[in-house]
Amino acid sequence: MSTVTWITARGLFGRSRFLMLLPLPLVLIGLAVLCRSLGVDPGQWGPPVLVGLGLAVVLPVVALIVGTGVLGAEIDDGTVVHILTKPLPRWQIVLPKLAVAAGVSAVTVAVPLYVAGVLADSVRLGLALVAASVAGALAYSALFLALSLVSRRPVLLGLVYVLIWEGLLGRFVDGTKVLSVQQWVIALADRIAPTALLGTTVSVPVAAVLTALVTVGFTALAVDRLRSFSVAGETS
Amino acid sequence: MTALHTQPAADAPAATTSTLDLAGVSRWYGNVVAVNDVTMRLGPGVTGLLGPNGAGKTTLLHMMAGFLAPSRGAVTLDGEPTWRNPGVYRRLGLVSEREAVHTFLSAYEFVLASAKLHRLPDPEAAARRAIELVELEGAQGRRIGTYSKGMRQRTRVAAALVHDPQVLLLDEPFNGMDPRQRLHMMALLHRLGDAGRTILFSSHILEEVEQVSGTVQVMVAGRLAASGDYRTIRRLMTNRPHVFAVRSTDDRALAVALMAESSVSGVELGRTGLTVKAGDYGAFTRALPRIALRHGIRVRQLLPEDESLESVFSYLVEA
Repeated sequence: MSTVTWITARGLFGRSRFLMLLPLPLVLIGLAVLCRSLGVDPGQWGPPVLVGLGLAVVLPVVALIVGTGVLGAEIDDGTVVHILTKPLPRWQIVLPKLAVAAGVSAVTVAVPLYVAGVLADSVRLGLALVAASVAGALAYSALFLALSLVSRRPVLLGLVYVLIWEGLLGRFVDGTKVLSVQQWVIALADRIAPTALLGTTVSVPVAAVLTALVTVGFTALAVDRLRSFSVAGETS
Repeated sequence: MTALHTQPAADAPAATTSTLDLAGVSRWYGNVVAVNDVTMRLGPGVTGLLGPNGAGKTTLLHMMAGFLAPSRGAVTLDGEPTWRNPGVYRRLGLVSEREAVHTFLSAYEFVLASAKLHRLPDPEAAARRAIELVELEGAQGRRIGTYSKGMRQRTRVAAALVHDPQVLLLDEPFNGMDPRQRLHMMALLHRLGDAGRTILFSSHILEEVEQVSGTVQVMVAGRLAASGDYRTIRRLMTNRPHVFAVRSTDDRALAVALMAESSVSGVELGRTGLTVKAGDYGAFTRALPRIALRHGIRVRQLLPEDESLESVFSYLVEA
């Protein structure tokens, strides 16, 4: 494990902010178990729990907390200077941080989605949700990591994207779905395990290409911004 | 470079020396000019960057360390720009003013992580050596979160020294240190300077600079106000006129008597008392009670008026 990865992981798990990750996945599993045990028709509870809660809320919110935390928290408290005063090409700082962010988000989200997917339909749907949410975690993490270098309020910007763009506009303006990570994840999962529970207007090739583009593009942006990282003048 | 890492830091002479050059460097934020056309060359030895708070010392240090782009001019280390060039950190170490450390790590883990990030051939040995240098062996296994401010500062110095850089920049390194730690840090900087490293530290406290370095760069309001040997600057400062506010039972009579005193260079009679300018602080404060006694005048108030650092520095600018 690289030193940057090690420090990032220690920093992430050492902060109380990390505990905020736990309730959402537990709620997701709890709801799925409850519906299944009450014998509710999966056709009724599947879409709101899997998509409405899992892919529209749990995945982006977990990725937002982790993605803005891996670098943003260090920028906020100034410890980023310790990593930056090293003769490392900046991609060697961004990539390990992205790996930690995407990895932690993916595990946190994929496990409850797998459980919910199995309870709603089949192991195949569970695995499809795992694969698609890993891809989604990667794209979201790259986006939120870059946001923490572009803006001083990355969490706010991230929430605006998730709640306003994906959540609100995505529901009423069909065209916005093309630029929605959430819709790409749905398209990818539906392709792996075709089911009536998932549905989107975005085609699979578009979803795959855009997921890759967003991941690579925002990672490159983050590397470039980190190269020009300025410490704000604290002189009065 | 590699040979340097295997030698004990501080006491070993630097194999090569580095020069940090600033050529016409300015930095502004919107309409506010933080650093204004500063040109200086820093070579081996300890240099103090002196100036009141808000003079632009931190901004200048950040530009030297590659954490801020100059709005105009160039900052180079041995001819290479420091901005957008992480390679310079092989030769440069920075201890920033902000007390930022990974509190969840121990000092040893923190310094070791620095050594590993520098890709040193034997990071464990380098980390142990750096921790010895700042005398933190006893507490190195404890979490940094449990440290005092001075200990955190020393941890950061150890991390900045772990790769034995030729250039070390320290922003207000003595802040929060107790007198013993301060002496120790001063001795360490001396040793590093004597061994051929280029050391620059900023401070707003004259005495700190006096004790550590012979060469001083004085900044006032973003400009380089004075530059050179500390003794020359100190002499300018001791010879500067001091201004006192004096109130007595008979200001007019006292004014007349004071004008005869050689240490007094001017007296102004105001409604609330006298404003006295004296060339020699000690001679005047000794003479005043004697003169007052001789003339049967009682001095009610004696206040030095211009002892703020800002006034001392601005005097330097005029000198």
